[in-house]
Amino acid sequence: MEDLILLETIEKYLSNQMDAQEKIAFELVRKNTPDIDQMVVEHAMLLQQMDQYSMVKSIKLTLAQTYQNLLEHGEISNTIEVSGGGKVIQLFNKYKRVASIAASVGGVIALFISGLALYLSPASHNSQIQQLSNDIAAIKKSQQYQGKLINEVKSKLPAGVKFISGGSGFLIDGKGFIVTNAHVIKGTGAIVVDNTGKEYVAEIALLDKVKDLAILKINDPDFTSKKSLPYSIRKSTTDLGEEIFTLGYPRNEIVYGTGYLSARSGYEGDSLSYQLQMSANPGNSGAPVFDNAGEVIGVLSTREAQLEGVVFALKSNNIFKVVNDYNTSNEGGKDIKISTRSNISRMSRKNQIATLESCVYYVKSFDK
Amino acid sequence: MKSTSNEQVLLKGLAANDSFIIEQLYKENFSTIQAFILANNGSYDDAKDVFQEAMITLYEKAQSGSFVLTCQIKTYVYSVCRRLWLKKLQQLGRFSHPVDNLEETISVDDDLEEHAKHDAAFAIMDRALKSLGEPCKSLLEGYYLQKMDMQALASEFGYTNADNAKNQKYKCLMRLKKLFFAQYNIGE
Repeated sequence: MEDLILLETIEKYLSNQMDAQEKIAFELVRKNTPDIDQMVVEHAMLLQQMDQYSMVKSIKLTLAQTYQNLLEHGEISNTIEVSGGGKVIQLFNKYKRVASIAASVGGVIALFISGLALYLSPASHNSQIQQLSNDIAAIKKSQQYQGKLINEVKSKLPAGVKFISGGSGFLIDGKGFIVTNAHVIKGTGAIVVDNTGKEYVAEIALLDKVKDLAILKINDPDFTSKKSLPYSIRKSTTDLGEEIFTLGYPRNEIVYGTGYLSARSGYEGDSLSYQLQMSANPGNSGAPVFDNAGEVIGVLSTREAQLEGVVFALKSNNIFKVVNDYNTSNEGGKDIKISTRSNISRMSRKNQIATLESCVYYVKSFDK
Repeated sequence: MKSTSNEQVLLKGLAANDSFIIEQLYKENFSTIQAFILANNGSYDDAKDVFQEAMITLYEKAQSGSFVLTCQIKTYVYSVCRRLWLKKLQQLGRFSHPVDNLEETISVDDDLEEHAKHDAAFAIMDRALKSLGEPCKSLLEGYYLQKMDMQALASEFGYTNADNAKNQKYKCLMRLKKLFFAQYNIGE
């Protein structure tokens, strides 16, 4: 009985129902009797746990109800949908079992045969390739990260637009023509950011989804065109084992990476690309690949999803093709002139990078 | 900036158990998660469970007033679900290379650890309440969880007066306390 009275007192104390005098008296008891003090602590903990329990229980209920609701209204589904055609569905339901047994028998045989084929044929890989463009979320983050910078120069972004993709790009003509991957430009407009964080508005001059290349033209009064570019773009193909390096924007800062050319063709024999051995990350898409002499030999574009360090770059002669396309379709406007001389070939790597840095841009594409 | 304040509204709504907001969160996020789970050896039921758990994790965070979301809710939910599901796969020994579309993820390990603790406490409380038996369980739930007053409880359970019900309630509470702390200490 005494315990009960004590409990009641503790509860009254914890729920602040005591008057001041009572409270002082009880706190004195607490202080002098460690056992009672312990009981108060335990009780408070228990009540708190019960509160927590009750809250989680009710949120679980709401979640389950919401799920059920949405399911009934068809907003989400929990089965593979079979839509339309009453008769077909009936037939499907009727023979589902038979069909699935037949299918699994067939499947087993197919697996066996393909296993055999796999065993007998030279090792092949079933991995996929990934585009190296940034996704929305990553861009969002970089936008926050760069927030300060952007505010200072007053972002060139039109109000109310959304970034949807991004990657890297580089100048091919000092007048402000930039090459990047077509998959980097998923939106209707683009801005480019140089290595010091300055933004320039750019227009999409050409988008070749087959070659996966895009040309952007910087259209910004703040941009000072460069008389000549320090590097050239290689027309001929490059040989195996050639050492290469790249500069790109997998993050907000320019990043240097190095590797070598490991195959003359790309993914599954794609003759438009090279295979490279180097590490690349989302955001590297569209970055230039240089050889030791500082000539552009390709445009970094995809990587093998499951193999570390296997990266593919579009061969640089594709750039000449899209530039040709641009020049022929562009009557009256200024033609793109690609320089064919590289004047950084005898420099040390550090100096090469210092010269090249300002020609590689962070490309962000947005949609209105 | 508009979107950020919208996210705050969603978080507050979740913390307040607002069913409209919760529906909103489901509509915006569930399909991505379902696609991810299905692409990684999971079933529709797995998707439902994992998503629910992620929402509870977010709810617990939203409850503590100090929580500041450093990324979009979408990213957070995706990260939590991804982590939960990969862990589950690992436990089942079904682990394979995760397939995802380079969606950004953030580290949520600390949050999940916190959530695991809460979850354990929840399970212990659940077990303790269940093993109390009736009418103790309903009496305690009525008083402490549904916050009914003693008089109403007394008449609902058929006690002759509120005082008797109250005494009974305290006895039940003492049993619950024993049951709960016997396991909770181990759980810690």
